[in-house]
Order: sequence, then structure tokens, then C-alpha cells
Amino acid sequence: MAIADDVLVIGGGIAGATAALAAAEEGVDVRLVTHKQSTLRNASGLIDVLGYTHEGEGPIVDPFERLEELPKGHPYERVGTEAVRDALSFFDEVAGDAYAGDHTDSNALVPTHGGTVKPTARYPISTAAGLASVAEDTLLVGFETLTDFEAPLAAAHLEAAGAPFSARGVTLRFPGIVRDDAKLTRYAHLLDHEEPVSTGSGERSARQALAATVRPHLEGESRVGFPALLGDEHAAEVRADLAESLGVDVFEVPMGPPSLPGMRLEDLLYGALEDAGVRVTSGVPVVDYETDDGAIDHVLVDRHGQEIPHEASQYVLATGGLVGKGVRSERERVFEPIFDCYVPHADDRYDWFVDDVFGEQPYARFGVVPDRELRPLDVDEEPEFSNLRAAGAVLGGYDYAAEKSGAGVSLATGYVAGGRAGTEASR
Amino acid sequence: MAYDTEVLVLGGGSTGCGIARDLAMRGLEVTLVERGNLTDGTTGRMHGLLHSGGRYAVSDQASAVECIEENEILRDIAGHCVEMTGGLFVQRPEDDDDYFREKLEGCRDCDIPAKVLSGREAREVEPYLAKDVKRAIQVPDGAIDPFRLCVANAIDAERHGARIETHAEVVDLLREGDDIHGVTVRHDSGPGKRTHKTPGTTEDITAEYVVNATGAWAGQIGAMADLDVEVRPSKGVMTIMNVRQVDTVINRCRPKGDADIIVPHETTAILGTTDEEVSDPDDYPEERWEVDMMIDTLSELVPILEEARTIRSFWGVRPLYEPPGRGTKDPTDITRDFFLLDHEDRDGVSGMSSIVGGKFTTYRAMAEEISNHVCEQLGVRASCATAEEALPGSENLAVLEEGMDDFGLRSPVARRSKQRLGSRSQEVLGTDEPNPVICQCEGVTRAEIQDAISQSGSDLNAVRIRTRASMGNCQGGFCCANMANELHPEYDEETTREALDELFQERWKGERHALWGEQLSQAMLNYALHATTMNRDNDPASRTGGVDYGAFDSGDSSARTPSQRRSGGD
Repeated sequence: MAIADDVLVIGGGIAGATAALAAAEEGVDVRLVTHKQSTLRNASGLIDVLGYTHEGEGPIVDPFERLEELPKGHPYERVGTEAVRDALSFFDEVAGDAYAGDHTDSNALVPTHGGTVKPTARYPISTAAGLASVAEDTLLVGFETLTDFEAPLAAAHLEAAGAPFSARGVTLRFPGIVRDDAKLTRYAHLLDHEEPVSTGSGERSARQALAATVRPHLEGESRVGFPALLGDEHAAEVRADLAESLGVDVFEVPMGPPSLPGMRLEDLLYGALEDAGVRVTSGVPVVDYETDDGAIDHVLVDRHGQEIPHEASQYVLATGGLVGKGVRSERERVFEPIFDCYVPHADDRYDWFVDDVFGEQPYARFGVVPDRELRPLDVDEEPEFSNLRAAGAVLGGYDYAAEKSGAGVSLATGYVAGGRAGTEASR
Repeated sequence: MAYDTEVLVLGGGSTGCGIARDLAMRGLEVTLVERGNLTDGTTGRMHGLLHSGGRYAVSDQASAVECIEENEILRDIAGHCVEMTGGLFVQRPEDDDDYFREKLEGCRDCDIPAKVLSGREAREVEPYLAKDVKRAIQVPDGAIDPFRLCVANAIDAERHGARIETHAEVVDLLREGDDIHGVTVRHDSGPGKRTHKTPGTTEDITAEYVVNATGAWAGQIGAMADLDVEVRPSKGVMTIMNVRQVDTVINRCRPKGDADIIVPHETTAILGTTDEEVSDPDDYPEERWEVDMMIDTLSELVPILEEARTIRSFWGVRPLYEPPGRGTKDPTDITRDFFLLDHEDRDGVSGMSSIVGGKFTTYRAMAEEISNHVCEQLGVRASCATAEEALPGSENLAVLEEGMDDFGLRSPVARRSKQRLGSRSQEVLGTDEPNPVICQCEGVTRAEIQDAISQSGSDLNAVRIRTRASMGNCQGGFCCANMANELHPEYDEETTREALDELFQERWKGERHALWGEQLSQAMLNYALHATTMNRDNDPASRTGGVDYGAFDSGDSSARTPSQRRSGGD
């Protein structure tokens, strides 16, 4: 007897988690298997839907007004605008107070750690007070030992970007950090647990010490932005304490890896999976599969060197793109490694890229080609398998980095693929 | 007013610097001019193999003998630039037994220490060799740092009174009738602590004798005085792996062929190479088949190369030459021997000789022979001492490191900060300020980046070359922006932004020859970090047309915190 579920989701990022949650809504048994650590720790935690058109026009104020003009084959075109809306509402329900932006269809402009601004549809509550579209003077605080956020430079950059407020940056020493190469999680941990730290005026709690370090630098600004390290498990409490001590709003600027907002989003999704009764097995790659009459009969999952069959009536492939290794390449080919679904690409690998690093990069669009049910199609445009759907970055035909559409596509396609799989399985 | 010198050497590669050292040690007044920095030509773009001579033991025994002699001399005089890895000539089942025997006999004929290892013994030395490797010949090949060797020669020449002028391009040969008596150079500025002449100015340098040691560029120099130097530049690719898969030099034991050598260097391994004639040594195609061939062919010897991660590839040009009339089609058949072309004998034009062909391992012997020729021309009787006198740095490494600094050169082969910084390690790294790591892949700290910025200004590519920051696995995806952060506030926001764009674009260019597998995944991650997370591809600060901030989400006023309401925002 194989391990058997109604729906098996392969991949544990935003797309996989959303697919599993949407399938579980249909009242069926759902299992999610993941291989490696999800790429969410690389992600900013922002939920982008569409910031720029496929032709580079933007920043877009209302993404929903522009979805219709996307080209045929784009994942949003496959699922339709209504599904994108539904998926976003679904996310809003899952996220609850942890995210903001659901009061409007308009994108927000959020400051980035590089000092630019970027359009996004939903944003972690920790970034809400920092919107660049709000005209409030801003103090950015960076730390000497944190090399990827240079606050004075980011502030000057915001002004160069035309932000409607004055921005200033200061670089301070983070109280309690003694090692130059302390991990970001160390900063968060200090604040989460209110560890005592020694300061010039004796021992204080970490949050008090940080507030005391920042306070003398405030010059009438109404909000203070920190790199995204303000706590992990108790982030809301940390922010509230700092805001109260400083008497101004406090926000986080999303950062690159390792990204706490990305990890908090991961925690949020996995909490929801647990609540929904989805069985999650981590650290296990799917290594092979067997078919029966054009459908996947079961897959083989590698558990400590043993190949264990996992059976389901419906499967969702949400293994990610090139970064998550759901799409892989060798010198001569680009391929989807589990089911070998068709991935279109030029024969010559020198045609996989263009010379301008931010040009229209063919490699950024690598992925499987889905029908409107999100079933991957073979080279003859027939579904590869009747019971396999794909979601998220494993899909091709769009450049999430240029469009700022990564999380939105993962939500929308995860929601549709998971929902359909759940419906089919419950029949 | 022309500057007058006794001997003028053109070209700051290993040959030119070797000649300058040799002649200066013999008491001659020497000036060397170089278009760019030292090593900018072929010397800095090779695989850094110190030949045992085994490679030529069948086809060209004279070269083989010269190689093993020079190999031993260099270990003596330049031990600090050499890693004696040892080398293997590896035979696969399909490789000819007769050739293996000839190779072994050839080595013995040429006094190259050579020992036969069984396949199993060879795999004990190099565990990643293919299982079916039949046997191997062990020879004293090594890895050599061409950057430091070249600079060591240059600073020793200076110690003996030579003038070394880098960033001084020859724009004309001064010829009167049938006599060449000097050159005109155009000055430019460069990195390092040297004082260069004012950029854009020209200077005439006259000399009793001129040596054209410009290698692949010798034809271009000759043409300035209507002399025909039939140099046939030939390009070769070198592919860099992310780790050192082998600890000894691995050669394929078969007659000439492309893609038949792997040279370990510090933490990497370099695969080489191809051999294709090009018309212009400054402008030639870098092609896909060359990279493919390195991996396909060399993985027959070391199978894990097929799966291993390639970081990037670079190309160099050999200064091949063949005397008129031979008409060899295939550049691999052109001799690796060097030629001294005395233009008086050849063309009836006195005052200059050109030196072409040859190979890096024997640069010193070449320099000796040319110096003998120059001395003969000038009636000087002093003899050569370069084989006995150790190069600067042999006793005290700091001397050489100061020289590297002076020329603003960093050996990309030297991986550790201490090696890169040499005598200045304490001065640079001994800071009381926080000194976090900026580049994780290569372990480069803030102090080192700041030191490089103080010398190179806002040019982050120059900072990269000095420090190796952004040259590891991630190819700058994670650290380019952090490097740019270090420019601020000394440089303003706009300068910093432009410097970052330039560095990021440059890193991308280098990655393109390695874009598959892990490195393509890395490229996508880098793209996502810069475009998705930072939105650098649509940075409103760099794009024309402002953003209408007021049209965007201004927050949910009903959900705002008490302090937000108090501040009356919105």
C-alpha cells in the first residue's frame, strides 16, 4: 500500500502552499512535499501583483486594470483577472493582520534597501508606516555592521527618486551586537527576547537601548525606518515598543537574503497549512513517477535513500523556477527535472540571454507552458498528464523580476491549480 | 626635449620585464614602456603553467630541455611565485601506447624526471581521475603566478636603475633613413602609487637600441616603421572552475590537441585551451564551442568536471610567429620556439630587434639571449646573472608585495587578504572600526574595500580587481550593492548609483560564458535580487519622467497606529 492522498502538492513556496490551502478548502486530503529550504528566505516578503507591464511601462497604479493587456500565454492571461482577485482575497484571509494593502486596488510604493521604490499590491504590516506614497518626513537608520543597508545613501536615493518628503539617513552602532559579522537573525533575536545589553549608561533591555541610540538623531521626522530586523516571533511587539519610546511611527525596509519578512511569510503560510490539516513533509525530493493511461499513478519520494511511493488522484507541480530548481539547465538544454515537462528554449545557449543585464532576458521566461487549466502542455500542445497542474515560477512565459509579478502569479496560479485539483479529487 | 636612454624595451609582459631586468643587471641604462599596466597582454591571460618540458618531450626536444632547465631555475629564483604541484600525463584506454612510450623516453632523453604510475596509483594521487585511466607519467609541472613573477622582474630592473613606464602607448617609431632611434609614447594615468606623466601628453624617448618585445602586438609596432613582422596571434580559452578539482597539473598524454590541460591555482582549477588564429589581438570572437570543448574533452580525464560549476571563462592570445615561407595552416603546428628578428640583418634597418614566439616558462632564457644580442650590438661585455640572482620577494615577500602595490596590480591568483595586501596587511586590516565582511564568497572585508577605494576612486571594477570582491560563486549578485554602499558618503548618490550599475553590468558580461546549470540559476537569483527586491531595473532616480506618488496607495487610515494618527500623517 502506497501512501495515498487526494491531492499531492510538490513544492513549498508561495505557489505550493497556496495550492495546498486551496485544495484543502474543497474538503479533500492534501499532502505537501518539499525538497529544500524554500526560496522565501530570499524574497522581500512583499506581495507584488503587477508593477510594470510586459513592455516595461510603469509603475502601474492599478494592476487589475492592466492584467487584460498581458500577452497570450502569460500565467495571468491563463487564469483570468477574476481568479487573480479571488486569489488575492484568499491570501488576505490567510494573512489577516500580518499584511496590509487590501483596502484598495492601487499599488503601494515601498522603499527598497537600495533606496529605490517599488510598486506592490500587499505589504507586510511592518512596512506599512514607510510607504513612499505617503508624504511624511523620514529618518532611515542603518548600522555600521550591516553592510547591505547604507541609510544615508538610501535616503539620498529616495530623494533622487522624487519621493514626496524629505529623507535623511544615519548610521549607528547597534547596541548589543559585538561581532562584526553577526547574523541578521542575531539582531532580531536580541530584540525579540529583550536581551539585556550594556550601554554607556549601564545595562538596558535591547529595545530600550536601541530607542535610546536612535532618539538623539530624530529631527522632527514623523517616522523612522530600520532594515528589516525588528524581531521575528515578536515583531509587532518590538515595533510597538520602539514606536512608543521614540514617539514616532516605526517601519521596516525590506532587505535581501536572508530576509526576515520572507521568513515570516513562510511561517504564516505553514501555520495556515497546519490549521487546514495539510500534511507537510519536508526535505524529501520527488525523484521519479509512474503513469497509468496518461495520468500520473504515483510518484517516488526519496526518504533517506529509500524510494517511497506516494499516490494521489491529482498532483500540483510548484517546484519553482531556475532559482528554486524547478527548472534546470545543462549546456544543451533547459528542462523540468521531475516529469520532464516541455520547456521551450533556444537551441543555442548564447540565445538564452541578451547583453544588457536588465534587458529582455529570455532565461527569465523559462518554464513549462500551461493550458487554461494550468496543465503543462507537451511540444504538441497536449497536456503532459491529465492529472498534473503547475503553479508559480515553474511556469514560463513571464518575467517576474521585470514585471514585479512574482508573488501574485504564485498566488493566482497556486489558487487555481490547487482549487481545480481539489475539485477534481472530490469527484 | 627627448628623453634619452641606452636601451628601450617595448612591452611590459614577462619577456619585456625579463629583458629589462637582465640588461639593467648588466649595467645598461634601460627604459621600458608598456601600453597598459604590466601583464596586461598575454602574460596576464594564460593558465599559469610552469612547464616541466614533458609537453614538448616528443615533438620539440630542444624546447623540452629548455623548459626543464628554466623550470629548475625558476624554482630557485622565484620560489615565492611557484606552487610545485607536480603534473601527470594521463593515458586513457583509447590513447596510443606508442605515444605514451615515446613521451616517457622523450622525458628521459631530456633529463625530465619522469615516473610511470599505474591507473590505480594515478588515482591515488588524483582521486577524481576517470576510473578507466590506464596509466600516467608523473613529471615536475607546477603552477606559477605570472602577475607576481612579472612584477618581480620589473622592480628588480628598477633597483638596477631602469625606468619602467606603464600606461605609455607607443604611437610612433622614430626612424631616420635606415635607422630606428626611439619612439613617441602617449601617456595615460593608471592605478597604483606611481606618478604617471600627464595623461594625453606625448614624449619622445630616444635610445641606442630598441627591443620590440610586444609579443602578439609586435606586428603593429613593426608596421609603424614599415617593417613586416609576421606574428600570427592565436587565441586560447581558459575556463575557471569554482573549486580546485585536482591538486596536480593534469595533461592528456596524446599528440597535440585542444582542451588537454588542467592547472590548479589556489582555490580554483583552470581548464585550457584552444588554439585559433585571430587577425587582431585586441578584438576577436570568444566562442561557445571553445568553452564546450574544455568541459567535454577534459571530463574524459576528470568526469566530475561535467557536473562541476564553471565560474567564467577568459581568453588570451599567443604571440606565435613563423618565418616567412613556411605557410603552416594550423596554428597548433606553428613552433613554440622564439625568434629574434634583427631588423638590420633582415630588413636593412638598424637599431631595433623584435622578439616573437616563445613561451612563458622560458621567458628568462629568451631574455638572456636577446640581452646577449643587445650587448653585442653595443659592444658591452657583461654577462648574464639572472639565473643565479633570486628575484625580489624570495627572501622577504613584503618587497614584492610593495612592488605590486606600486604598480597598482593585484594578482587574481592570490586569494587570501594577507597575500593580496602583503606588507600592508597590518596597516589596512588593523582597524579599530567595525570591519564586517562585504563579499562573503571571497572573504573581503570593509577595511580592504575602503583601502582599494582610496586608491582606485569610485571605479568599482578597479576595486574588484584589487580585492577580488564580487569575483566568487555569486559573481556579485549579493555584494555589488554592498560594495557601492562603501563609496558613500565620500562619493555622492548619483556617482554611487552609476558605479553600481557599471559593476553589475560588467559582472554579467563575464558570466555569460558560464550560463548553464548552477550558474544560470545564480544569474536568475541575482537578477531577481536586483530587479525584484531592489527594483533597480526601473529605478525612478535613473528613469526620465517622474512618478506620481500621490496616485498610489497612501495607507489604510482606518488601520493606522495611534502614533500615526497623532502625527497627523496622510
